[in-house]
Amino acid sequence: MNKPYVRPLSKTSWFLTQPRYKRYMLREVTCLFIFAYTFLLIWGLKRLSEGPDAFQGFLNALHSPWSVLFNLAVLIAAVYHSTTWFNVTPQAMPIQRGEEFVPGNIIIGAHYAVWAVVSLIILIIGIRGM
Amino acid sequence: MAKSNKPIFWGLFAAGGTVTAFVTPALALVTLIAAMRYSPDMFTYDAIHVFAAHWLGKLVIFGIILLSLWHAAHRTRVTVHDFGVRADSLVAIVVYALAGIGTLLTLVYLLRI
Amino acid sequence: MSERQIQLEVLRYNPETDSEPRYQTYSVPCMNEWVVLDALNYVKDNLDPTLSYRWSCHMAVCGSCGMMINGEPKLACKAFIHEYTDQVRVEPMANFPIERDLVTSVEDFIAKLACVKPYLIPKSDQPVSAGAFQQSPAELKKFKQYTLCINCMLCYAACPQYGLVPEFLGPAAISMAHRYNQDSRDGGRDQRQEVIASDEGVWECSFVGACSEVCPKHVDPAGALQQVKVASTLDWYKEHLMPWMKK
Repeated sequence: MNKPYVRPLSKTSWFLTQPRYKRYMLREVTCLFIFAYTFLLIWGLKRLSEGPDAFQGFLNALHSPWSVLFNLAVLIAAVYHSTTWFNVTPQAMPIQRGEEFVPGNIIIGAHYAVWAVVSLIILIIGIRGM
Repeated sequence: MAKSNKPIFWGLFAAGGTVTAFVTPALALVTLIAAMRYSPDMFTYDAIHVFAAHWLGKLVIFGIILLSLWHAAHRTRVTVHDFGVRADSLVAIVVYALAGIGTLLTLVYLLRI
Repeated sequence: MSERQIQLEVLRYNPETDSEPRYQTYSVPCMNEWVVLDALNYVKDNLDPTLSYRWSCHMAVCGSCGMMINGEPKLACKAFIHEYTDQVRVEPMANFPIERDLVTSVEDFIAKLACVKPYLIPKSDQPVSAGAFQQSPAELKKFKQYTLCINCMLCYAACPQYGLVPEFLGPAAISMAHRYNQDSRDGGRDQRQEVIASDEGVWECSFVGACSEVCPKHVDPAGALQQVKVASTLDWYKEHLMPWMKK
């Protein structure tokens, strides 16, 4: 007799069933912070285009406990995104040299090195000006 | 089965994910320090204006914002689906529209600098 | 040799009498070097001959004994008792309909595997007298890991997107397509792309990565699928933005 039983799967809470699914959702949710943060940058760009007074107004508006909290949350989310992104690059973009594949750790390490350099440049330009 | 058109958005998602992985933590650290008003000498209008006024600076800013937006928009679409919302076409229109508007605004503001 | 009493909690389902599955617990005296499959065999031989499950080789080659062990997709022949506490829960592979007890319906996977044409499609016909198709060690290495797939379907049991969207072609089938696409002797990529570059193909994947974590043969389906996405995206841009580049 053929009467297969299909187990129900919750469309809204499936990710609570395994730790790896929770980590995955955490990774995916980082995009909401990056989305919101990019609009903060666009707003800053708008104020920059309106002259020194407007830009000072933007900096003043940025100076609030909520803003500190928001930027801190974005920072944490962005770092989580970066690490999860770089850690899987050898899977998505393996490099074969001759017969052997380049070890994943070398590809990941190269990304972290570039990340450090880029971050340093941004911090120097962002904080000290050109 | 027809070939999907998802590559348009996935290409931007993947490029954006890489760019935002490299730059967003440092950018967020900069604005965090600004939000804490660590020192009044930082973030002078002149310094940032010089950078944004140069054509290369404009290009860098546009590239970062464009790719961050489309990365986040596409992943948001997938994430909303993962949370159980099945109105995928509607969600897609909303998130891509947001990214499109953001892209357009960025272009306008950059040209005004 | 040490022996330990294990409470084996098994999800059972009899299509003739049950409307839904139920748990049944067996107390099994397990030797320390046993695997969960040995415990199931003990139950079948000594406690309850009605228990149904699939197995064959007992050495992680045939891929028949995939099941959820404490919620994790595992081959029962590769899940050592000494790695578990005295309470072990065994269920049929997640995301598959239950046929009876630990036996699941696998028709869906078999059909999907077949539709990606998982065999060599030579670029041109060649008479036997022309000899074998040559392949260098580097060309072999390019796809070798994917040949280790034993079709055990644990990656499907681990994949939430397959659970949520059953039309999804899934990890093993797309990896197998990728394996042949990567083969220097093959010329069938265009045919396979028609299937795997569709919405129900690779684009249902969101790179959860669970498939690669549970694979008992250390194949990396998640990596294969991302490589298929990259290649399909380049195809799309070439086709639509640079039509003069076509073929």
